[in-house]
Amino acid sequence: MAIAETQVYMPQAPQPRFRLLEDERWLAFMLLVPTMALLGTFIAYPFLRGILLSVTDARVGVPGDFVGLANFYKIFNDGIFRTSVYNTFLYTGVTTVFKLALGLWLAMLLNRNFRGKAFTRAFILLPFIIPTVLSTFAWKWMFDPTFSVLNWLLYHLGLITGRINWLGDPELAMISIIIVNIWRGVPFFAISLLAGLQTISPELSEAAAIDGARPWQRFWYVTWPLLLPVTMVVVLFSVIQTFADFQIVYVMTGGGPANATHLFATYAYQIGIGTGLLSEGAAISLAMFPVLFLVVIIQLLYIRRVEVR
Amino acid sequence: MTTVTRRQVLKSGAAVAGGMAGILATGRAPAFAQGTTVHWLRWNDFVPASDQLLRKELLPAAEKALGMKINFETVNGNDLQPRITSAIQSGSGPDIIMLFNNHPQIYSESVIDLSDIAGRVSEAEDGYYDLCKSNSADGQKWISLPWTIVGAMIAYRRSWFDEVGSSTFPDTWEKYREVGKKLKAQGRPIGQTLGHTFGDAPTFSYPYMWSWGGTEVEKDGKTVNINKKEVIESVKFMTAFWKEAHDEGGLAWDDTNNNRAFLSQTICATLNGASIYIESLRNPDKYISEKGAQLKTDIQHSPLPKGPAGQFAMHTYFSHVIPNYSKNQDGAKALLKWIHTKANYEPWFVSQKGFATPPTHEWEKHKLWEEDKVMAPFKIAGLLGQTPGYPLPSSGKKAAEVLTKYIITDMYAKAVQGATAEDSVKWAEVELKKIYA
Repeated sequence: MAIAETQVYMPQAPQPRFRLLEDERWLAFMLLVPTMALLGTFIAYPFLRGILLSVTDARVGVPGDFVGLANFYKIFNDGIFRTSVYNTFLYTGVTTVFKLALGLWLAMLLNRNFRGKAFTRAFILLPFIIPTVLSTFAWKWMFDPTFSVLNWLLYHLGLITGRINWLGDPELAMISIIIVNIWRGVPFFAISLLAGLQTISPELSEAAAIDGARPWQRFWYVTWPLLLPVTMVVVLFSVIQTFADFQIVYVMTGGGPANATHLFATYAYQIGIGTGLLSEGAAISLAMFPVLFLVVIIQLLYIRRVEVR
Repeated sequence: MTTVTRRQVLKSGAAVAGGMAGILATGRAPAFAQGTTVHWLRWNDFVPASDQLLRKELLPAAEKALGMKINFETVNGNDLQPRITSAIQSGSGPDIIMLFNNHPQIYSESVIDLSDIAGRVSEAEDGYYDLCKSNSADGQKWISLPWTIVGAMIAYRRSWFDEVGSSTFPDTWEKYREVGKKLKAQGRPIGQTLGHTFGDAPTFSYPYMWSWGGTEVEKDGKTVNINKKEVIESVKFMTAFWKEAHDEGGLAWDDTNNNRAFLSQTICATLNGASIYIESLRNPDKYISEKGAQLKTDIQHSPLPKGPAGQFAMHTYFSHVIPNYSKNQDGAKALLKWIHTKANYEPWFVSQKGFATPPTHEWEKHKLWEEDKVMAPFKIAGLLGQTPGYPLPSSGKKAAEVLTKYIITDMYAKAVQGATAEDSVKWAEVELKKIYA
């Protein structure tokens, strides 16, 4: 009797398709599908489309024919493209060094205990929070050739006698966009490195102090090695973002004066969107890829080595 | 809770039947199906009153007359090209888009033929100016419909020029340089942009080059012969002229900087549309000269000076395209037809106070041109201007590529920044040959 009752309440056998999910490999795959779909739609598809565009002679509204590597040949013989390459490396290199140095310094200061610590930390993030275009417009006004508040200040402090042509002089224009990028990027470094610093136990530093290590030695032999993996990740993100930067240059100089401040992204934009030569614009954008790929590989390998150690 | 009575149902049924009867009786259905919306994209007008007029009066009237909704959007002039490029590539976007100069040529495959409307307007208004056809036709059809010409003239401070002994505006580049030198010495330089901006940069650099005998291409449309003595001379002259007489910040200016600089009285002259003068008229008590007079009483306009090869001008030209992705092409065409009738275009033209010169000869007779002598030079702006690609009869795709890459402007900007005249011209030659090859 009891056996018969049990048989009555036996649940139905599951359908075979649900059994598939019991297999961990399939379950993992199914869980990854949404991410893969997102990455495929927003990263892989545009990337492949960019590659396809770069090997055609497509213009806006005209699909174009296959031309092989002609666009790449064309851009490598283009003086403005070479200037853009040089500018991009200079821009990324200089800003990264300054952002790291200033960000680290700020992080060390913020890691101390002082009154209004939370408020200051939130305040420091402001340049990073404000939409880039908005803050860059404010900077554009500060560097304005005629109405620059910086010139006004320097003039009234007696430091200059004439106007400094911030955005009209090729070198000063480059320095100006570098300053804005540093201003905008330092908070990201500071907050990320601060997070890294807070994971380091203060006991290590205290022990080193008891052993007679001076502040600089405590930083160099204790804090810095422990902070290195975080630093590398932050530098990696920053290099990728800065290398492909667009907004600051587009708003401040539009690549001028006379193409002196073009970066990869702004020049690709001018050629692809302004002039409508989409294929050439795509080729300029893609020229960034091998460099970025190399940077990512080197840094990731380095991070792995540090972590294994 | 609202209750609907049997009587109300019968009433509303009668109303619907009456409406239908009305349409049948007049033989006219509403022009467009309800819900038709035409999206019109234009620049932020330098005369804001005109955008207000469109928004508040003209477009509501058009909506009523045409039975459609109009979505009117304005953006910064330099952002029109990115918008049309992304719209064409994605196959959706505004139904009517304003473009500058010869930019429509870049999109000729992706816009519809507007020859029928262009023909009708031309016939009704005594014909278009030549520069309209050069910019808006691709050799077979009208790819954009001419809207207006913003005449580029030098706005200058009459009293300041008087003070340095120039009672009339200098008529040659040499004389202009001499006067400019004296004025800069007094802290009143000439303001001119050599930056990457759609209006004031090319409308200066192109006619300047033409006036010295240079062209981007020869008449055959293939031979690039820019690397010659006349052009090198023009670059050398420009370099010295820049240092001696100009505000050197101009390399970074866009189309708005010179307006601000002139109105804040830091420059003595600048090539511009009439927007500076119009702003001084709009706010007479805001802009007061150092002598206490209203600034508007001290502004005059003049064409660009002559060079060894003559006197030239290039004006900023505006036209509208209807992209062929538009699902409302009929509605968009109807709107363009409506706005281009004399009765509807006139209030807009009047609101511009002369900043915009209409594209047809008919409007030269308008009384607006007699109201203010300072604006008189703009009346015939359409007669005098050449188009990018000159001496080619039609400004085609290649000339549009040269323009959008700012090659001619950059040739001068490079030299002004310190490159030699020979290197700057050589650079331009290489770039032009890549395009015209």
